[in-house]
Amino acid sequence: MPRTLYDKLWDLHEVIQREDGTYLLYIDRHLVHEVTSPQAFEGLRLSGRTTWRASSNKATPDHNIPTTDRELGIDGITDEVSRLQVTTLDDNCKEFGIEQFDITDQRQGIVHVVGPEQGITLPGMTIVCGDSHTSTHGALGALAMGIGTSEVEHVLATQCLVAIKQKNMKVEINGLPDKGVYAKDLTLGVIAKIGTAGATGFAIEYSGEAIKSMSIEERMTVCNMAIEAGARAGMVAFDDVTLNYVKGKPYSPSGTDWDKAVSQWKDLRSDESAHFDKVIEIDASELKPQISWGTSPEMVIDIDSTIPEPKSSSESRALDYMGLKTGMRPQDIKLDQIFIGSCTNSRLEDLRVAAEIIKGNKISKDLKRAIVVPGSGLVSKAAVKEGLDKIFIEAGFEWRAPGCSMCLGMNPDQLDEGDHCASTSNRNFEGRQGYKGRTHLVSPATAAAAALEGHFVDVREIVG
Amino acid sequence: MLGKLWGKNMNEYTIHSKKMIPLDRSNVDTDQIIPKQFLKSIKKTGFGPNLFDSWRYLDSGFPGQDNSSRKLNPEFILNNKKYEGSEILISKENFGCGSSREHAVWALQDYGIRCVIAESFADIFYNNCFKNGLLAIAVSRDSLKKLFLLSERVENIHIDLVNQVILDKNESVIVKFEIDTFRKSCILEGLDEIGLSLKYTENIKHYEISSKKLTPWIFE
Repeated sequence: MPRTLYDKLWDLHEVIQREDGTYLLYIDRHLVHEVTSPQAFEGLRLSGRTTWRASSNKATPDHNIPTTDRELGIDGITDEVSRLQVTTLDDNCKEFGIEQFDITDQRQGIVHVVGPEQGITLPGMTIVCGDSHTSTHGALGALAMGIGTSEVEHVLATQCLVAIKQKNMKVEINGLPDKGVYAKDLTLGVIAKIGTAGATGFAIEYSGEAIKSMSIEERMTVCNMAIEAGARAGMVAFDDVTLNYVKGKPYSPSGTDWDKAVSQWKDLRSDESAHFDKVIEIDASELKPQISWGTSPEMVIDIDSTIPEPKSSSESRALDYMGLKTGMRPQDIKLDQIFIGSCTNSRLEDLRVAAEIIKGNKISKDLKRAIVVPGSGLVSKAAVKEGLDKIFIEAGFEWRAPGCSMCLGMNPDQLDEGDHCASTSNRNFEGRQGYKGRTHLVSPATAAAAALEGHFVDVREIVG
Repeated sequence: MLGKLWGKNMNEYTIHSKKMIPLDRSNVDTDQIIPKQFLKSIKKTGFGPNLFDSWRYLDSGFPGQDNSSRKLNPEFILNNKKYEGSEILISKENFGCGSSREHAVWALQDYGIRCVIAESFADIFYNNCFKNGLLAIAVSRDSLKKLFLLSERVENIHIDLVNQVILDKNESVIVKFEIDTFRKSCILEGLDEIGLSLKYTENIKHYEISSKKLTPWIFE
């Protein structure tokens, strides 16, 4: 019977179906960070259990850590509660023998940037992490899902997840986007079309000409936001682009293992006539740069349109929270801060795109602050080597140390009350980036262009 | 253990005569249920006073604060005296969307909520509920409308998990609900899920032996 990519990944990892109908699904990689793991490790201790396979777990702190004073190491964390969480991760990794890229390690970074960058997450794997944006790793042709803390403990102890199979959804993006329209605009466009619960209960496979022509970093941006459409997992079939990305990464297989791996990975695609329970088609050539205006990632408009008439009480509330009015143009939104970073858009290609627009210009004097937070120490290093840091700094941006930073503001990088922020992150929920802060989700190019003007502009007019 | 909330006696598997807190919003995300600053805790308890923190109070809260001196938002439903002591929260579609933080479930429970009824739930949140013994019930829009009406009138309802029905004060069925067998038993029996999975140790080991041959790089 023809199978989808998701079916194949599932079949490869099914350990057993239990009497109650649930499955034990084997987990190849478990990524660990400081926020969702302490209670899981404590659970292991209380029940006298240990890890099933310590080497399958890799850890790095990302949510809490400051993006300044990194040379101070752990002492650079001034918030005592945050520091305790980070040192708790250090202690747990030591106690349970888990490899960690700690705060002083150059490989430290956002867990979803570090995994693929190191070859820790690979095609064909099942990957979980106590973080909803684990869907990112699906870009490699893997089954990657966010889990809760109870499941973190379960995976640590059993190497398995108790799972129920999801339905299959295909999101086919055909045509090629115009200049100035990026992977972020595509993924926001999908969410705007199907809604934040549109893919609940489904695993999404992204396919079509636009996806095929994307780099792995762009595919990660797309898969990253599958969860914002309700899907725990988003994925893309393995192809030569994947192969070239994975090859030579520190944790990737080599020698005969590499040949063996590649021959298996070539099957990581949906069979020709595989059945999908739901199919969504999108024409990439019709998409425009996107900007979110509300407090849910489905509240998105084209850059050249206006803030819509609210269609529900949620939308009215959102308008009110955002301090916006129906009919306003994106150009009319005065910005206070710019954030380029997060597991959605903090990789080298993102920084290059933004730097290209910034180069030789200055950011608007009306801005309070504009920050660039590379996704990992190695992204930062590569960017510095290309001189990107200088471009940003000369324009007036602050060049920061890696971490989740202002995507969720668990560290000191937060919006002030009422601030409007052009942000390359993934969630525009109330207060997400700071108490009463107002987030507009955009691509790195749109964020960069907005930084120069102090308000949104159509980036197609700059790069087109 | 949190999963034992429902008790051991079958008779306790019903929530008797409880009023419902009507949270009349769609897409309630876990960032609202428990804002990020409270995720810095390394414990599972103590989140209740900060449940819906930024909607519930008129200021911005921080961990370790004395919440009793903070100014409450009188317009927020949780602060309405008539719903005090309720153990059931009702809301609209896509409840619990966004971040995977299990702290959202711990906060609801720590506050005293034992059941959330909504039109639909986000996947990860729904899973997290049952891992902790918090009952999450999805019902149709029409049934939900009835429940909202009853909640405005502060009428009590009964939830009978064993028979999967919600009854009104006169014991008439308002709605029958679906719940899968595994999740139901998780709540009814407060299962040690890890212990249960470890009963399959031989199967897992057997899987690993064949997987190691096929994909040795995963095990290096």
